[in-house]
Amino acid sequence: MSEYLVDIRHERLSFFTPAGEVKALNDVSLRMKDGEVLGIVGESGSGKSVTAYSLMGLTADNGKIIGGEVSFNGHRIDQMVEKEIRRIRGKEISIIFQDPMTSLNPVYTIGNQIEEAVRVHGDKSRKEARARARELLELVGINEPDKRLRQYPHELSGGMRQRVMIAIALACEPKLLIADEPTTALDVTIQAQILELMNELKKKLGMGIILITHDLGVVASMCDNIAVMYAGEIVEYGSCDDIFYNPMHEYTKGLLKSIPKFQEKEYSKLVPIEGQPVDLLNPPKGCPFAPRCRSCMRICLSRKPERMEFGDGGHYSRCWLRQKEAFEAGGLNGMPSVGGVTVAGAAPAGAIPNDAVSAGSGMETAVSEKPEGAFPQETREVDS
Amino acid sequence: MSEKLLEIEGLKQYFPVAGSKKVVKAVDDVTFFIKKGETLGLVGESGCGKTTTGRSILRLVEPTEGKIVYDGKVIFDSASGTKADMLPYRRKMQIVFQDPYASLDPRMTVGDIVGEALDIHRLYKNRKERYEKVIGLLQRVGLNSEHANRYPHEFSGGQRQRVGIARALAVDPEFIVCDEPVSALDVSIQAQVVNMFEELQKELGLTYLFIAHDLSVVNHISDRIGVMYLGHLVELADAEELIFHSLHPYTRSLISAVPVADPKTARNSKRIILQGDVPSPVDPPSGCAFRTRCPYADERCRMETPEFREEAAGHYCACHHLDRVGA
Ligand SMILES: Nc1ncnc2c1ncn2[C@@H]1O[C@H](COP(=O)(O)OP(=O)(O)OP(=O)(O)O)[C@@H](O)[C@H]1O
Ligand SMILES: Nc1ncnc2c1ncn2[C@@H]1O[C@H](COP(=O)(O)OP(=O)(O)O)[C@@H](O)[C@H]1O
Ligand code: SF4
Ligand code: SF4
Ligand SMILES: [Mg+2]
Ligand SMILES: [Mg+2]
Repeated sequence: MSEYLVDIRHERLSFFTPAGEVKALNDVSLRMKDGEVLGIVGESGSGKSVTAYSLMGLTADNGKIIGGEVSFNGHRIDQMVEKEIRRIRGKEISIIFQDPMTSLNPVYTIGNQIEEAVRVHGDKSRKEARARARELLELVGINEPDKRLRQYPHELSGGMRQRVMIAIALACEPKLLIADEPTTALDVTIQAQILELMNELKKKLGMGIILITHDLGVVASMCDNIAVMYAGEIVEYGSCDDIFYNPMHEYTKGLLKSIPKFQEKEYSKLVPIEGQPVDLLNPPKGCPFAPRCRSCMRICLSRKPERMEFGDGGHYSRCWLRQKEAFEAGGLNGMPSVGGVTVAGAAPAGAIPNDAVSAGSGMETAVSEKPEGAFPQETREVDS
Repeated sequence: MSEKLLEIEGLKQYFPVAGSKKVVKAVDDVTFFIKKGETLGLVGESGCGKTTTGRSILRLVEPTEGKIVYDGKVIFDSASGTKADMLPYRRKMQIVFQDPYASLDPRMTVGDIVGEALDIHRLYKNRKERYEKVIGLLQRVGLNSEHANRYPHEFSGGQRQRVGIARALAVDPEFIVCDEPVSALDVSIQAQVVNMFEELQKELGLTYLFIAHDLSVVNHISDRIGVMYLGHLVELADAEELIFHSLHPYTRSLISAVPVADPKTARNSKRIILQGDVPSPVDPPSGCAFRTRCPYADERCRMETPEFREEAAGHYCACHHLDRVGA
C-alpha cells in the first residue's frame, strides 16, 4: 500500500468522440500526502478537472483510462467497478464545484440535502442526521442554521450556497476534498470568505485538498504544492514558493509574466503568451508548449522533454531548455549536473539524448530567437 | 487639465420588478466624467450596476433620470427632457461585451460580422473597399484574411473577443465601453487582449470605460478607477491613489480581498474579511448602502446617504466617517 493519499502513475485518459480521440491526459503522475493542499493550475482544457475526477472514478461515458495507475487511499480506482467506487465517493473523497446552484437540487431543502449526504454512508437515524446537518452548517459559518435547514437553494446567496456545498462535502469527514474552481463564480469579498473558511477547515479537520483553479492568486494563498498542467501533461510541479519564485518551465514562466502585478507601483506592460491553446485532437509530438514557446528548439518539436528535478524537495519540470542549461553549465566538468540540478532517471549522462547535444543537432532555437542569453541566471541559483 | 469627453450627472436607472410595485435601483445617482483619451475603470461586485451604467450611457436602456453630455453636447437630460437622436453617436460610441460566445451571430462569417457595422453606416464605396476594410480591421486585432470566411464557433475565446473588438472598431469610434472584455478568457490570453486594448488606444486615441470585477486587471489598464457598490459610486480616484490610498471602507476591503499571486505577500498580509452578503438592490439599506457590512457604521449611516464629495484633488468618496476610518 502506498504511503501517499493520492498516487497517480503515468495516467493516460482519452475521450472518444466523433471527431476522434481527445487525448485529455497524457502520462500524468501525481502524488499527494495526507493533509496536504495541492493546487492544480493551467488553462481551460488542460486537464485539471479530468485528472481530479478520474480519482473519484468520475469520467464521462466516452472517456477511458487507457494507461497507468490511479490510486487513492490505497484503492486502485482504475481497477474498480462503479459499485465499488461509489462506496468511496462522498465518504473518503468528495468534491465541490464551481457553480453550487447546478449541484444543489432545487426542489429539496438544504436540510434534506445535507441529511441525505450524512445518511448515505452512515447508519445514523433521521434525528441524528438532522443534528449533524445543523452542526455542519455551523462548521461552515452559516448563522441561523435552523432557519437555513428549512430553506431551498434559491433562497440563499451564491456564497452561502457554496458553504452548503462544502457542508455536504464534509458530511462524512473525507480524507480528500476536491475543490474545482470553488470561488470562480463568486465575488472577491465572498471569495475571500470561502478561502478563509477552507483554510480553517483544513486546520480543524486535517483533510487533504486538491484545489483546481486558473487563478494564481488563489493558489498562492492556499497551497503547499502546485502542479502546472498544459495540454494534458504536468509540465511542472513544486512547492508554492518553487513555482512562484523559481519557475523551471517556460509555460510557468510565461503564465507568471502574463498576470498584472497588483502591488507594484510602476506600470509594466504585460507579457502575454502568444498563440492559442493546444488542440487535443492533434497534440504536438514533442513538448506540448512548443508551438507557443519563445525558446522552442528543434528537439522540442520532436521529443517529449524528460523530467528533470531541482533540489530534493520534489520540484521538477519537463523542459528541454533546462536540460540544455544544465548540460552546458555542467559541461565544463563533463556532467549535466550543477548546483543541485540533476537529471531525473538513473543515468544522468544518458538522460539528454545524444542527438540533442551533439553539435548543431536540435538544441539551437528553431522557432524564434531566444530572448535572453543561453544561460539564464536562475539555472545556477537553483539551490541557493 | 484635459478635456472631458463624457459627463454623467445624477444618473439613475431603475427597473420595475415583475409582479410587484417595487423597483430595482440598478444605478442610483451616479456622477462622474471621462477625459478624452483616458481609461476610466469601473469595479464592483456582480450586480452592483457596472453594466447598467455602461448601457445607460450609450442609451441602450433609457435612463430613468440624470444628464449625459458627450463631447460638449447634451445627449440626454431628464430635467429638460432632452433626448438627442443617437444615430450619429452610435458611430462614436461603441461597446465590447463580456461573453465573446453570446455576442456574435453564429450563422454569420466573421467577415460579415465585422462588415455589417460598415454596412449600417455605409462606410465604403464598393465591394472591394468593403473587403479591404474588413481585412484591415481583422489584421488590426491580430487576425488575418483567412479568418474572414470562418464562423465564430471555429474560434477560441480570445479570438472571438478579437472579432468583437474588430466589429466595434469598424465604425471608427472615439469611445468604447468595454464590459468585462477579458473576464471569460484564460490568463495567458487575457494578457494578449489587454495589450491589444492598450495598443489600439495609443494608435487611435480611443477613450475607454473599462468595466471589470478583477481589480488587478482594472488597475493595470486604467488611469482612474471608480468603485461601485449596490448602484452607487462610492469612490473614484487616480488608479495608483485608489489602490494605495483608498479612503472608503468598502474599497479597502475590496483591495484587501484581491488574491495576490505572490505567496510571501499572501502569507504576510492580513485580510479584511467582510461579513455577510451584498443586500438586494430591490430593498437596499437606508442611508449608506454599505452600512450592513461596514465595520464603522452608526446611526447616522442608517439615516443619511453620504454625499459623493471631492475629498482631495480628484479623489472622490462617499462616507460620513472618513475620520474614523483613518489613513
Ligand atoms: N466528455 C468529454 N468528451 C470529450 N472531451 C472531453 C470530455 N470531457 C473533457 N474533455 C476534454 O478533455 C480536456 C481536459 O478537460 P478538463 O475538463 O479537465 O479541463 P480543465 O483543465 O478542467 O479546464 P477548465 O479550466 O475549462 O475547467 C479538454 O480538452 C476537454 O475538452
Ligand atoms: N433589464 C433589467 N431588468 C431588471 N433588472 C435589471 C436589468 N438589468 C439589470 N438589472 C439589475 O440591476 C442590477 C445591476 O445589474 P448590472 O448592471 O448588470 O450589474 P453588474 O454589471 O455590476 O454586474 C442587478 O440587480 C440586476 O439584476
Ligand atoms: S524550451 Fe522546449 S521543452 Fe521547454 S517549454 Fe519551450 S518548447 Fe517546451
Ligand atoms: S457612511 Fe457609514 S456605513 Fe457608509 S461607509 Fe461610511 S462609515 Fe461605513
Ligand atoms: Mg475544469
Ligand atoms: Mg456586468
